[in-house]
Amino acid sequence: MSKRLTNILVPLISILLGIIVGAIVMAISGFSPVDGYIALWNGVFGNTYNIGETIRQITPYVFAGLAVAFAFRTGLFNIGVEGQLIVGWLAAAYVGYAFDLPKIVHIPLALLAAAVAGGLWAFIPGLLKAKLQVHEVIVTIMMNYIALHVVNATIATLSDGEKTEKIHETASLRSPFLESITDYSRLHWGFIIAILAVIIMWFILEKTTRGYELKSVGFNQHASEYAGMNVSKNIILAMVISGIFAGLGGAMEALGTFGNISKMTAFTGIGFDGIAVALLGANQPFGVLLGAMLFGSLKNGGLNMPNEAGIPVEIVSIVIALIIFFVASGYIIRVALERISKKKKEEK
Amino acid sequence: MEYVIEMLGIRKQFGDFVANDNITLQLKKGEIHALLGENGAGKSTLMNVLFGLYQPEAGSIKVHGKEVKITDPNKANDLGIGMVHQHFMLVENFTVTENIILGSEPTKMGSINIRDAAKKVQELSEKYGLNVDANAKIEDISVGMQQRVEILKTLYRGAEILIFDEPTASLTPQEITELMQIMKRLIDEGKSIILITHKLKEIMEVSDRVTIIRKGKGIGTVVTADTNPDQLAEMMVGRQVVFKTEKVEAKPTDIVLNIQNLTVADNRGVDKVKNLNLTVRAGEIVGIAGIDGNGQSELIEAITGLRKVKKGTITLKGKNITGFKPRKITEAGIGHIPQDRHKHGLVLDFPISHNIVLQTYYQKPISKAGIIDYKKVNDFAKKIIHEYDVRTPGEMTLARALSGGNQQKAIIGREIERDPELLIAALPTRGLDVGAIEFIHKRLIEQRDKGKAVLLISFELDEVMNVSDSIAVIHDGSIIDRVLPHETSEQDLGLLMAGQKLHQDSKKVGDE
Ligand SMILES: Nc1ncnc2c1ncn2[C@@H]1O[C@H](COP(=O)(O)OP(=O)(O)OP(=O)(O)O)[C@@H](O)[C@H]1O
Ligand SMILES: [Mg+2]
Repeated sequence: MSKRLTNILVPLISILLGIIVGAIVMAISGFSPVDGYIALWNGVFGNTYNIGETIRQITPYVFAGLAVAFAFRTGLFNIGVEGQLIVGWLAAAYVGYAFDLPKIVHIPLALLAAAVAGGLWAFIPGLLKAKLQVHEVIVTIMMNYIALHVVNATIATLSDGEKTEKIHETASLRSPFLESITDYSRLHWGFIIAILAVIIMWFILEKTTRGYELKSVGFNQHASEYAGMNVSKNIILAMVISGIFAGLGGAMEALGTFGNISKMTAFTGIGFDGIAVALLGANQPFGVLLGAMLFGSLKNGGLNMPNEAGIPVEIVSIVIALIIFFVASGYIIRVALERISKKKKEEK
Repeated sequence: MEYVIEMLGIRKQFGDFVANDNITLQLKKGEIHALLGENGAGKSTLMNVLFGLYQPEAGSIKVHGKEVKITDPNKANDLGIGMVHQHFMLVENFTVTENIILGSEPTKMGSINIRDAAKKVQELSEKYGLNVDANAKIEDISVGMQQRVEILKTLYRGAEILIFDEPTASLTPQEITELMQIMKRLIDEGKSIILITHKLKEIMEVSDRVTIIRKGKGIGTVVTADTNPDQLAEMMVGRQVVFKTEKVEAKPTDIVLNIQNLTVADNRGVDKVKNLNLTVRAGEIVGIAGIDGNGQSELIEAITGLRKVKKGTITLKGKNITGFKPRKITEAGIGHIPQDRHKHGLVLDFPISHNIVLQTYYQKPISKAGIIDYKKVNDFAKKIIHEYDVRTPGEMTLARALSGGNQQKAIIGREIERDPELLIAALPTRGLDVGAIEFIHKRLIEQRDKGKAVLLISFELDEVMNVSDSIAVIHDGSIIDRVLPHETSEQDLGLLMAGQKLHQDSKKVGDE
């Protein structure tokens, strides 16, 4: 079997298998799989409002996925995307309402604030890893909790209430035009920034000397040192760039979807889903984009299943998880396909 | 005659690349059968097929005359085939016994029975004269003993047929002699052995027959007693090989490297280089002769900036480079072929092309304003691959997939092509075939003839004697003598390396 064919076939078969098993789950629980999937489909593509909402949902997933993937490509496990994302969210929201500036300055400044916040939050685990060999997984997990509580406390002091003020119009990524073509969904220009981020990650890793160094240090620190690279600096930088992607993901929520930040009782989950998105995308920037599209579509489409087909949220979560599970196990299907084509060859 | 193993018409392909093409190897019971071939000829691949790590595309394998399919290493174990890999697969902080039973732990009511295992390991060790302490930790024992642990591992699992893939490449001469004796004892106990080595001397010494492969094809099998090293080398390379490299008299000029009172400590803070003085001039090759562990590694690491200098100065062409960062030192004009090519020399998960620009990726013309021109990278890589005869399916192949010798040639190409004022070559020919060794020696001499300085570190007396213009003997962290190769015998050199200043004494005696 040709390589290109397997590359197309594997994800298709994976999704199909996920859908079949999901259907079985729905059927066993006494719901109609056909109605369920029609509702899912409609939730994603049914009308312009849903399409707008789906794209909106995809946007932060792209950033979270890029953050995880970037760290992974440079030899690091960034489990702290969640924390970096919420500090970025807070920073963007704050800059969004605390300053009065023209739009052309205000949006970039708010994005920059989010990037700096996310980057700083990742700088700490990067520094500890580079200088003291503390494993980044432990530190980033802890930093998530610190982020959650620090952000909540900050919101409380800034607003003496449950949520911050709304950002000014000049910092908003929302646009009347996008609202008008999507039936007043919360779609905002962030998706363009997400696509730019995908290209930037690809460019850094595949074109620049910096990307070469980051990957080299991720693979083999000894050889990188031999080649004259500054190992500590590259480890920290890899973590910071990853954190910047995550922080920008938070900015999408602040400047686009919500326009503010509210006290959180739990994690948003976007950062953790980013791990799955990165894996679905094989840690390649354009793969992450596709992974985020699948993830965001299922998440958003799933919201429609209880309404339209009466399927409880729990079952919806199971069905969606199954589809993602099968896509992620594409490897198994790849091996199976190879076995089959080999057998055929031998029989000949 | 009974064959214990027959590999008939084996073919193994990686993509379009044919690594083994219709190769036949027949192992008699109780013989040591050498497998000889250039770097990248396909020896390891063939043995991985026998050990069940690769599935052949064509051909058959017979064990004791019965055709078998070896689908995985467990199957190979069941058939009594054991393999001692070139790169040991041991867990550093486990004991010898723990490593040996790993994967097939004997259990007694659900808990591992380590005491019985240790006893069995000790018995096996004594039976074959392996001299291994079953309760020692791997990190505390020497490389030679680690290898004997690998041998024990195969014996413990009941191997009757042992495969040794380049077992002597990282051993000291004494350890090699011991290994040869162990092999003979294994044969006496009824085992059969396949031995891969590039050292023709070893083949002549222990093997009964030799099978030669060249570029993936079987060339033939000869009886060792009926052949000689020259013939073997010719069969393997396809042309005559010159063992003693021709060179004109050296014309040393200015001092390039000057080391004064250098003291360097190892990772545990113990001084390994002590008050060492050394000079290398332009136009000469200085060989550092010494037994492994006398401070060679620390010395090189200090010169190249990979290790802190505790005391003393290092100057390059009159410029003090002590304490400089590795990049500054590289840019000052030092090229370094590192001792451990997997640790320092290569990023194994990068394509070979990326590895070839490992020292220059940030410089013009490869990159401009922080952007790498990968077309230039590939063109440059192709040039090096061609000029240094790196056998690889392509420049985008991962460095990991290249055979050991070809990895080394890529590193050497990378370092020599930068034309450094001082080239440090640490064990540059370890694991290389005779043809490649000849090639690399020529390149080192070429650098010298161009008026560059070369510092060669080697554990092989032959190499030091052959290539160097002047030999500095290192013992216990200091240069204890400086001799000329044509005025010194191998015996004298051996004694000097062992720390005995006999040479000078005998000279004095002669003078009187
Ligand atoms: N997994 C792989 N994928 C692609 N090519 C491979 C792979 N393994 C080996 N090769 C190629 O097959 C050829 C034979 O490799 P092999 O390791 O068997 O050589 P060798 O005879 O053991 O050489 P050496 O003496 O240098 O160890 C080499 O050209 C190598 O690049
Ligand atoms: Mg090999």
